[in-house]
Amino acid sequence: MNTTEIGYNSKIEGNVVHTRLDTAVSWFRKNSIWPMPMGLACCGIELMAAGASRYDISRFGSEVMRFSPRQSDVMIVAGTVTYKMAMAVRRIYEQMPEPKWVIAMGACASSGGMYRSYATLQGVDRILPVDVYVSGCPPRPEALLEALMKLQDKISKEPHITDKKPARDRGLVLS
Amino acid sequence: MAEVRNIEISDSAVRSAEAIDELQDLQGEKMTLNMGPSHPATHGVLRLSLELDGEIITKADPEIGYLHRGDEKIAENMTYNQFIPYTDRLDYLAPLANNVAYALAVEKLLGVEGELPERCKYIRVICCELARISAHLLGLGAFAMDVGALTVFLHTFNEREKIYNLIEALTGARFTTTYTRIGGLSRDLPEGWTGELGKFTKEVSVAIEEADKLLTRNKIFIDRTKGVGVISRDEAIDFGLTGPNLRGSNIEYDLRKAHPYLVYDQLDFDIPYGEVGDCYDRYLIRMEEMRQSVRILDQCITKLPNGPVNIDDGKIVLPKKQKVLSSMEELIHQFMLVTQGQNAPVGEVYFGAENPKGELGFYIFSKGGGVPYRMKIRAPSFVNLSILSHMLPGHMMSDIVAILGSLDFVMGECDR
Amino acid sequence: MTAKQLAKKIQSQFKTITSDAIEFRGEFTVGILDSNQISEVCCFAKEELAFDYLVDLCTIDNDDETPRWTVVYHMYSYKHFQHLRLKVSVSEEESKLPSVTSVWRTANWHEREAFDMMGIEFIGHPDLRRILMWEGYPYYPLRKDFPLAGKSSEMPDVAFTDPIPLEGGPFVTTSGGQDSADREPRSRTPE
Repeated sequence: MNTTEIGYNSKIEGNVVHTRLDTAVSWFRKNSIWPMPMGLACCGIELMAAGASRYDISRFGSEVMRFSPRQSDVMIVAGTVTYKMAMAVRRIYEQMPEPKWVIAMGACASSGGMYRSYATLQGVDRILPVDVYVSGCPPRPEALLEALMKLQDKISKEPHITDKKPARDRGLVLS
Repeated sequence: MAEVRNIEISDSAVRSAEAIDELQDLQGEKMTLNMGPSHPATHGVLRLSLELDGEIITKADPEIGYLHRGDEKIAENMTYNQFIPYTDRLDYLAPLANNVAYALAVEKLLGVEGELPERCKYIRVICCELARISAHLLGLGAFAMDVGALTVFLHTFNEREKIYNLIEALTGARFTTTYTRIGGLSRDLPEGWTGELGKFTKEVSVAIEEADKLLTRNKIFIDRTKGVGVISRDEAIDFGLTGPNLRGSNIEYDLRKAHPYLVYDQLDFDIPYGEVGDCYDRYLIRMEEMRQSVRILDQCITKLPNGPVNIDDGKIVLPKKQKVLSSMEELIHQFMLVTQGQNAPVGEVYFGAENPKGELGFYIFSKGGGVPYRMKIRAPSFVNLSILSHMLPGHMMSDIVAILGSLDFVMGECDR
Repeated sequence: MTAKQLAKKIQSQFKTITSDAIEFRGEFTVGILDSNQISEVCCFAKEELAFDYLVDLCTIDNDDETPRWTVVYHMYSYKHFQHLRLKVSVSEEESKLPSVTSVWRTANWHEREAFDMMGIEFIGHPDLRRILMWEGYPYYPLRKDFPLAGKSSEMPDVAFTDPIPLEGGPFVTTSGGQDSADREPRSRTPE
């Protein structure tokens, strides 16, 4: 976090840190990513293991595995996405409010994995924009935590406040 | 002068009569509720279309297939050894048990099941029982979490991490092990592994007792599970249930005792079975099965013989690499096994093993060669789920979670 | 009673439509020659011989041979502790078979899966619709003429499929080759 300390006496005035608004917003967002676990298959078990007490994912801010898309920030697609499930995954993704990210966990979510068959979607990036791909079959929980840290890096570099057109010019708000 | 207004207040009898008249229009309307594929309490991707009359379910239609990955078609395009990773991912809570069941089915087709070395059989039994403990721990943890007891889930996951440590030392992966091969195992036990296993069995016994203390005499748990989801004896057999679901309904049948495979006939263990067939019985059976598995593991550790772990036949098991690079015969065996697979005879075979979820069966129809012509996987969860449309009507909405948790199914197996 | 004796009992009851029991690896298979009477045979097996548990119902596509479909019933008896297998052949023109849901209720979902994967209809089934693929999917995936890569289909708002990239297909040996030359691994995608 880029901070500048202006000369004042912190013992008298308390701990105040000056920084850019963008950086502060990034800091808030990246340290409290609430995942929406789309645990479909075996990777879902490693996702649960990442949330259990040994590889605690809540250390990284993902305290609650919100199964409600309206209250989550990142969708972790863990497991094989079949063509039958694809529309449901897309619909849930569209229900998530901005800003949202997607982690494709495992080989099946990244590219169809070893299931090269008539019923498997070859990678969830055919229907969703993916931010981080995690390889492994299944990836170790440590790999998922590293993916979360990479996502945190990505969020900290995204411009949140600056250089963005107002919402009404981007066609998001009907005025 | 102040205005006086007359307000008429009818007495309560008239008011309630008026209210009932309005209610009559609303009665008889049933609500359709979709418990969709992505839901925290359905264990995996299962969709339930429910028709509700208030809180009571009148119709339930489970919809599966959201994880159908085409395993059986893939099996027609893979040699027998190449298909083993796909068997891991059937019941992904107990992958070692699936590997063993598949290897035994193919070995039955090849006719070499009698030639397996003793050490291989004992190690396979150890793998099956470890997988059974692991699957039941997760099943009970998820069941308790859905019913409301969140602590049990964290305790059981802690024990599963210890199992993962053991399995990682043995096979290289935490789960999705791909450990067995046709004709033996991929590698022998590492040094000191049986000592670690002995330590683990003591720790897991303590953990099972802790979970027992938290749940078995817990008033809330008993209220939520006793009398809920009763499956009668005839229904259990007619719907083809297997495993703890069958034994809950007062049927003492376990494939390990009725048709012993590997070395189960030389081991001493009991089969728990229930009386009523409700969710509470199935929970108790799974707890007791874990204790029996610990008993089997302790016996296997003491009885484990030394010796080879693979059949000594170059046409079935890959020969040693040193021989391959120096001797012609082994080179040919290696080449044939890798490119064409084991040469299975023409015929068909069915083998069912007692998996944690029930009877996992493989029906292999072979026309010769290294690739099966048709492989059908008889998945226990597929059959266990078929009873839902019959059993759910009449229960309340909140019982669904208890019933799904007690049936303990895995969608990876159900949809294949 | 052993499986052999039970198979003989079925043969003696249904003399004209059963073939001799074949034994392979300790398992007995009885062939049923008339597919329209399968329901009666199964009913007899359940009522008289106590085969109360249908383990599995499987279908096989015999590709170029006639009749094209074989339906396999695995039965188990909790009284005698014996397995028995029944096999029925159905021709492609007919593709229909009486349902055994009235005998064993577990056949309900097994027959739905057989219909979904192979396209064989079961007469008298209470609720014959697709179970693993979605309603409206136009193909039957486990048939031998359906490629592993799948074919494209589109159902707006429900599901879509695309043929997957196999880059020449799995290079694996074929089943049923007579000698080594036949069994050489070749590309599986049809030209």
